[in-house]
Amino acid sequence: MLVSLLPAVWIGLRTLGAFGGLGVNPVEKLLELSGTHAMIALLVALAVTPVRQWTGLAWIARLRRMLGLVAFAYVTAHALIWLGVDLFFDWELVFYDLTERPFVMVGFAAWVILLLLALTSTGAAQRRLRRKWIWLHRGVYVAGVLAVLHFLWLARADYAEVALYAAILTLLLGWRIGHRWHNRRRAHARRRASA
Amino acid sequence: MLIRIRRRSECSRSEVTPRELYARRREFLRAGMGLGAGLALGGFGLAVPATAALRGHTLEFEPSPFSTDEAKTAYDEVTSYNNFFEMGPGKSDPKTYADQLKTDPWTITVDGLCDNPGEYAVEDFISPWSLEERIYRMRCVEGWSMVIPWIGFELNRIIEQAKPRGDARYVAFEAIHDPDNLRGQRPRRRASSGGLQWPYTEGLRLDEAMHPLTILAVGLYDEVLPNQNGAPIRLVVPWKYGFKSIKSIQHIRFVEDEPPTLWNQAQPDEYGFYSNVNPNVDHPRWSQRTERRIGEFRRQRTEMFNGYEEEVASLYDGMDLREYF
Repeated sequence: MLVSLLPAVWIGLRTLGAFGGLGVNPVEKLLELSGTHAMIALLVALAVTPVRQWTGLAWIARLRRMLGLVAFAYVTAHALIWLGVDLFFDWELVFYDLTERPFVMVGFAAWVILLLLALTSTGAAQRRLRRKWIWLHRGVYVAGVLAVLHFLWLARADYAEVALYAAILTLLLGWRIGHRWHNRRRAHARRRASA
Repeated sequence: MLIRIRRRSECSRSEVTPRELYARRREFLRAGMGLGAGLALGGFGLAVPATAALRGHTLEFEPSPFSTDEAKTAYDEVTSYNNFFEMGPGKSDPKTYADQLKTDPWTITVDGLCDNPGEYAVEDFISPWSLEERIYRMRCVEGWSMVIPWIGFELNRIIEQAKPRGDARYVAFEAIHDPDNLRGQRPRRRASSGGLQWPYTEGLRLDEAMHPLTILAVGLYDEVLPNQNGAPIRLVVPWKYGFKSIKSIQHIRFVEDEPPTLWNQAQPDEYGFYSNVNPNVDHPRWSQRTERRIGEFRRQRTEMFNGYEEEVASLYDGMDLREYF
């Protein structure tokens, strides 16, 4: 929990002028930093299940909700900086951004998905929605893909950073598919052996 | 107002050339001879070493009625927040890696469809012209802007000197190509930098190039251009997005057909040949309706032709600027 606050503290201190401040274009830098850490937080949340399966450490699963909410908080902060600092609540500009710029559209869609997941993250919601909850919360994979697209469509000519995020996301989602396939084959083999 | 009669080369070279340059070139000639460099460099021995010696030195120039009286963007901001992909894609890369740009020696070739082509050492290319200060708005396609006091001279002097032939309709520019030194031009970086086609190329229609607002800049504030701003000589076209103002020029060519340009080749649907600042033609990534002036917090409305509409709109009479963006 505390570790996940460190990037926020770091960005906050730079905003106040420490560690070289935010440079010549502070608003752009603030968007960049908050976006990068939102992406990282989302990838960390997506890494929980693969890491648990890989290491077999069951307690890691208990971090899942907290890390998901942390990712949501970072994405929300990034969106609020866009809305309140960059566009200064100029609703006409917000409208144009949301209708004309594909990278903003997918970024916004990712935030909406994460909002739904955050709202249904309580134990009560989980019990009430049952199987629907599992289905709904698979939306986080979609949010991850949209977030990478957001970076990709934003890049002018340097694709090194987005390539890294795309590779990590592919690894994390690929692990799930591989793990599933592996389990199914094992279950199948067991069934055949007992028959 | 737009058409002015020019006095050409009325004063002697020692008056026109910045005094520092004039004084320094002798020192360097002496030093160069002592080291045998003058011999090795042959005919260029005299002209070559001056630019490096000039770095950080003051230029002499006249003010211009074309300058804006808006507040200038601070020198440190103009020289530390740049797009110069030859040094890398980051805004601070150009300053960090400024030393990778080798400006000594520097030769400029003027050729193509003209009667008086030539190859010049940069000092000889610059020295015939008296320098002017042009304080221009600079609008980057990424949605930020600055106000920059350039020092330079009008490109039309070079064009008149070269005597373009009747079939010359465009001017093509080419910048330095030095993948051994410039990290952004190294082949292994090409994949991650979107496969940009080096060297940087740009172009203007001949009438745009002749326009008195179009200058070749050799200085910034009252100093010789820092490397990260396009030393030793760059184009400045204030009514177009910043990327049209090609840096570190080595080749100027008169051509008949619209020349290929780097960003247009990379993403033709995003960067047109004209690339006039136009709040009505949007870009998929950056709003062109508004811009953030560096040093200010709130965005401001972007003006047609970056506020130079009165001077340049007639160049595009009858053209659909949504089609020719």
